[in-house]
Amino acid sequence: MERTENNILLHQMFRIEGGDFKNAGSISDRIKKILKEAGFSNTLIRRICIAAFEAEMNVICYASKGTLSLLIAPSFLKVVVEDEGKGIPDVNLAMSEGYSTADEKIREMGFGAGMGLPNIKKNADEMILTSKYRQGTHLEFIIYLNRQETQLPFE
Amino acid sequence: MTIFDIVQSFGLQMRAGKDRLHEEVTGGYASDLLSDVIAHSHKGNIWITIQTHPNIVAVATMKELAGIILAGGREPDAGTVQKAEEEGIPLLVSPLFTFELVGRLYHIGISGMSPC
Repeated sequence: MERTENNILLHQMFRIEGGDFKNAGSISDRIKKILKEAGFSNTLIRRICIAAFEAEMNVICYASKGTLSLLIAPSFLKVVVEDEGKGIPDVNLAMSEGYSTADEKIREMGFGAGMGLPNIKKNADEMILTSKYRQGTHLEFIIYLNRQETQLPFE
Repeated sequence: MTIFDIVQSFGLQMRAGKDRLHEEVTGGYASDLLSDVIAHSHKGNIWITIQTHPNIVAVATMKELAGIILAGGREPDAGTVQKAEEEGIPLLVSPLFTFELVGRLYHIGISGMSPC
């Protein structure tokens, strides 16, 4: 699959503030509107919005600040999330369903179920997660446009 | 079975989304963990939760749920009502707690085993 980023059709970056629960979900909302206007299918929009929502929530819950970038290319959609914060000491552990380091406040709001990263992985075709402990986390995921109809993770 | 039927059966109070009452309810899901709902609810489900903040609307919209019932007499935040109106998500409240609501919904034929 062609993965060159020379022909990116759109590259939009959104800023995320850690702890900003009031605006939580606003970025995935905006992504949804952008993709709807661009004419993408509901299935694809749902997949990318779920993954983007979980990624956005992770920055809000665990980092001090970050950015989320949406890239649209002819054959794929890509989301890149960079944050500054405490990072993830053990990425493999963080990927296991049910594992969470969320505090009481986050859990009370219904976040911190330990399912965010697994949900991203389920909805994306490819996902890369790297982290430097006490520095920050880099997450990116791709959804290919020509595969979307055959992959319906939650249907 | 539609949201309208459920509202009628249980005398639920509506807080938002009056325009979408006649959509078909495919089943139900009950959870207060948002990622759990994202992972396991299905399109057209009615969702029972005690969470009241605006992100429940984001989740319901993403998963194309039929509506949300807030259990235990909880009221939605002002921002939640506004967002539900914008997104057209029926938002209902009930004084009953989750267990009782789920039991009554099951009794009238709403199952947690959604057809795929």
